[in-house]
Amino acid sequence: MTRFAAAFAKPHAALVTFVTAGDGDTAAVLDALVAGGADVIELGMPFTDPMADGPAIQAANLRSFAAGTTTADILAIAKGFRARHADIPLVLMGYANPMTVRGADWFAAACKDSGVDGVICVDIPFEEDDSLGPALRAAGVDQIRLATPTTDAARLPAVLDGAGGFLYYVSVAGITGLQQAAQASIEEAVARLRTQTDLPIAVGFGVRTPEQAANIARVADGVVVGSALVELVAQHGADAPRHIESFTRSLAAAIHGAKEIAA
Amino acid sequence: MSTQPNSFRTQPDERGHFGIFGGRFVAETLMPLVLDLEREYRAAQSDPAFAAEFDDLLTHYVGRPSPLYYAERLTEELRKDAPAGKGAQIWFKRDELNHTGAHKINNCIGQILLARRMGKTRIIAETGAGQHGVATATVCARFGLPCVIYMGARDMERQQPNVFRMKLLGAEVIGVESGARTLKDAMNEALRDWVANVHDTFYIIGTAAGPHPYPELVRDFQSVIGKEARAQLLERTGRLPDLLVAAIGGGSNAIGLFHPFLDDPSVRMLGVEAAGHGLDNEHAASLAGGAPGILHGNRTYLLQDEDGQIDEAHSISAGLDYPGIGPEHAWLRDIGRVEYTSATDTEALGAFQLLCRTEGIIPALEPSHAIAAVTKVAREMNRDAIIVVNLCGRGDKDIFTVAEALGTRI
Repeated sequence: MTRFAAAFAKPHAALVTFVTAGDGDTAAVLDALVAGGADVIELGMPFTDPMADGPAIQAANLRSFAAGTTTADILAIAKGFRARHADIPLVLMGYANPMTVRGADWFAAACKDSGVDGVICVDIPFEEDDSLGPALRAAGVDQIRLATPTTDAARLPAVLDGAGGFLYYVSVAGITGLQQAAQASIEEAVARLRTQTDLPIAVGFGVRTPEQAANIARVADGVVVGSALVELVAQHGADAPRHIESFTRSLAAAIHGAKEIAA
Repeated sequence: MSTQPNSFRTQPDERGHFGIFGGRFVAETLMPLVLDLEREYRAAQSDPAFAAEFDDLLTHYVGRPSPLYYAERLTEELRKDAPAGKGAQIWFKRDELNHTGAHKINNCIGQILLARRMGKTRIIAETGAGQHGVATATVCARFGLPCVIYMGARDMERQQPNVFRMKLLGAEVIGVESGARTLKDAMNEALRDWVANVHDTFYIIGTAAGPHPYPELVRDFQSVIGKEARAQLLERTGRLPDLLVAAIGGGSNAIGLFHPFLDDPSVRMLGVEAAGHGLDNEHAASLAGGAPGILHGNRTYLLQDEDGQIDEAHSISAGLDYPGIGPEHAWLRDIGRVEYTSATDTEALGAFQLLCRTEGIIPALEPSHAIAAVTKVAREMNRDAIIVVNLCGRGDKDIFTVAEALGTRI
């Protein structure tokens, strides 16, 4: 069983957490996420031009660059994480150019070597899949695809073709960390997606509180929280891991308990 | 040597690729909209009413055709220190005489007609020098649509007259404080706005770049420049030019001039990038100093580091201050159909002053780069050779920047 399959086979929804690599003491932050109960880790690869990100993650990227983070550093963070945590799925999330600049095959092999289970590339839609997808699949790294409120029924099969790990439902048409989707629209979308795929469905964008997360966890297989965690890194600096662990614990409790409440 | 295609004018392919360049590298949220735009553009292309309205507005609102002007005094000036028999004739395609003072308006007319066809009710755009912002604000006023312009805060400082113009025209100008606070950052912010407002918003991209079909449709709208120039020169001289020259930031004025001539094998073409402080220093010459990569919806040459992080560009010209280039230029460079060179800030300033003195024309800093390249190549070409240069913008907006560079207080 893959790490993704195991993470989503639990009797409760999965907490998927995002932080930006190289922003603060990332190893300590990742350990805090695991200690707090995160089920899947998304590690953001900073990019100079994060077109799909809101102010929180933009600022995290800048802090990471100010600290001198390189792609080699990010892969080393991933490798270190895998050595410490054998079972938690690890996803690299970012933009096409840093992922493909040395060639898609190089990146796919580097992911495999670093213990990365899946990759989310924000700006490669299925129309441009040959820029990255075949290399990831050949290396055995799952390509996690994004579905959005604008992904209609006609596009969905192509979005799902070649997708692995889980399906990430971007619940709002917008950038990360800002507005939140109405619960009813999330429920409708997840139900619609379920008719088309057996992949676990994780819902993200704008999820900031345990209450929101619990509501989503009642209908989805996973809940993604990013900007709210990244903001804790910004706010607490070297002291961030303690706060991250505590906040993650509150999210995990809400998400992991949600289905029981529903039942 | 690579195999040459039968025609250079059939790109892009159905996926929006110019060879390995171009494409549609956007977030899934935007992808359906980009496909809608392509469908609507195809429908407009086969609709005579669309072409008729576009042509009518270009004639009566923009003031086309723009003149093709033989720059006799500049030609003579460059012949003074040219070898015997050398010193080509220099002609200007005078797109600086368009309404709003640059070629940008050609594209804005086309795109706002598309926006209207698509039922969009709100317009956004990015701008560098402010010329595209002014042109967008202009067509929005003309068609009564609300308009938001994203502009790097640094560009707002150096292009204040254009900021004021946009506001007079009713646009909201939003200063972008991220990154180097220039054109690239403005484009990021415009894309963020678009992804959050896909239902009602049309993004008027200002150059022949971005996700397909933008590079194609911007080129097509700007090709009026080359079509006119071709007909005008044939009528005046009975022949085609020997060389076309145009400045390149994203490359819309250049592709607009070049494209109608691409299948005329006798016509050479030269695109001029901004070399800023020099190619070994800070510059904006993505072909000369960049490598293929993916940014802002397309694969093209980019200024970037080994990790694929985008470098900051530098040019005295805010309109050329961008670390990428339109994908069709990347393709034309790689297949060898168009040559590319660069001119520094200093060379552009020299050419700016030369044109003021010899022809009584104050050019924008963007075409001043093209003129700088012409001052070199004209001296190497025979006297009966004809160079057509795209004078794509007027320099009123730049007089403060030039004054500062020359150490003059206004």
